[in-house]
Amino acid sequence: MRMSTGFGPRPAGGGFETFSWYFFRVSGVVLIFMVIIHLIIMHASNDVSCTTYQFVAARYANPFWRLYDWVLLTLALTHGVNGLRIVIDDYVHSRGWRLTLLSAAGLLLLAFFMLGTITLITFHAPATNLGPACLGH
Amino acid sequence: MYKGQSGMWSWLFHRVSGLAILLFLFIHIVDISLLGFGPQVYDEGIAFFDTIIVRLLSLALIAAVLYHALNGVRIMFIDFWRKGVYYQKPMFAGVMAITIVAFIVFCFFVIGPVIPGVAAWFVQPLAKLH
Repeated sequence: MRMSTGFGPRPAGGGFETFSWYFFRVSGVVLIFMVIIHLIIMHASNDVSCTTYQFVAARYANPFWRLYDWVLLTLALTHGVNGLRIVIDDYVHSRGWRLTLLSAAGLLLLAFFMLGTITLITFHAPATNLGPACLGH
Repeated sequence: MYKGQSGMWSWLFHRVSGLAILLFLFIHIVDISLLGFGPQVYDEGIAFFDTIIVRLLSLALIAAVLYHALNGVRIMFIDFWRKGVYYQKPMFAGVMAITIVAFIVFCFFVIGPVIPGVAAWFVQPLAKLH
């Protein structure tokens, strides 16, 4: 591995693996902030069982939260499936299985990304349902 | 089995927690897609989060996220800080300490609301004896 002028070994080859190395770190930093905020909103500022349809409708009335959730979805899925790719690389060596499992990982990424994006775009609360953020139970 | 040191375990926990979080993410995307089926269906799904087993699983997820994030920060210090490699072991100790402390804090938020119910569940058989 070529040493860069910096402080540690870098995968300086310049291909997809180099991109992946930086992508993990950059997306990881962004995810730290986004996930912590997400956890605080869902678990700490109110109990998770209060995150009802009304709660979501109130949040998604503001397009910022839809965009926030979509960015969180994209970054988390790509960060995670890239990690899955590396785990498969480590343990699966036969060509047939590599083709199968890596394709499955790519399909999972595509399918869940589509499902999440569709959910975020098509959510439409009927006007009468916009009430208090937590109905109580 | 190879008896590694903290570096090996930190790598292993990072990998295991990452895979666990990914698995949760797949389930989570599906449960949120229930929004498309309207308030009754979605709210019933959310009521599922009240059950103690799901709350305990949520805590496990929170522990995984905390560790994975903090160890990720440690990895970046190792990669980008001149003295990162030198301090990798104390950093690992710090990661474990912060993970445990933050986890305890989250316990209050996630288990706190159901403690009366859980306590009642223990006391109930005794009450029936009278």
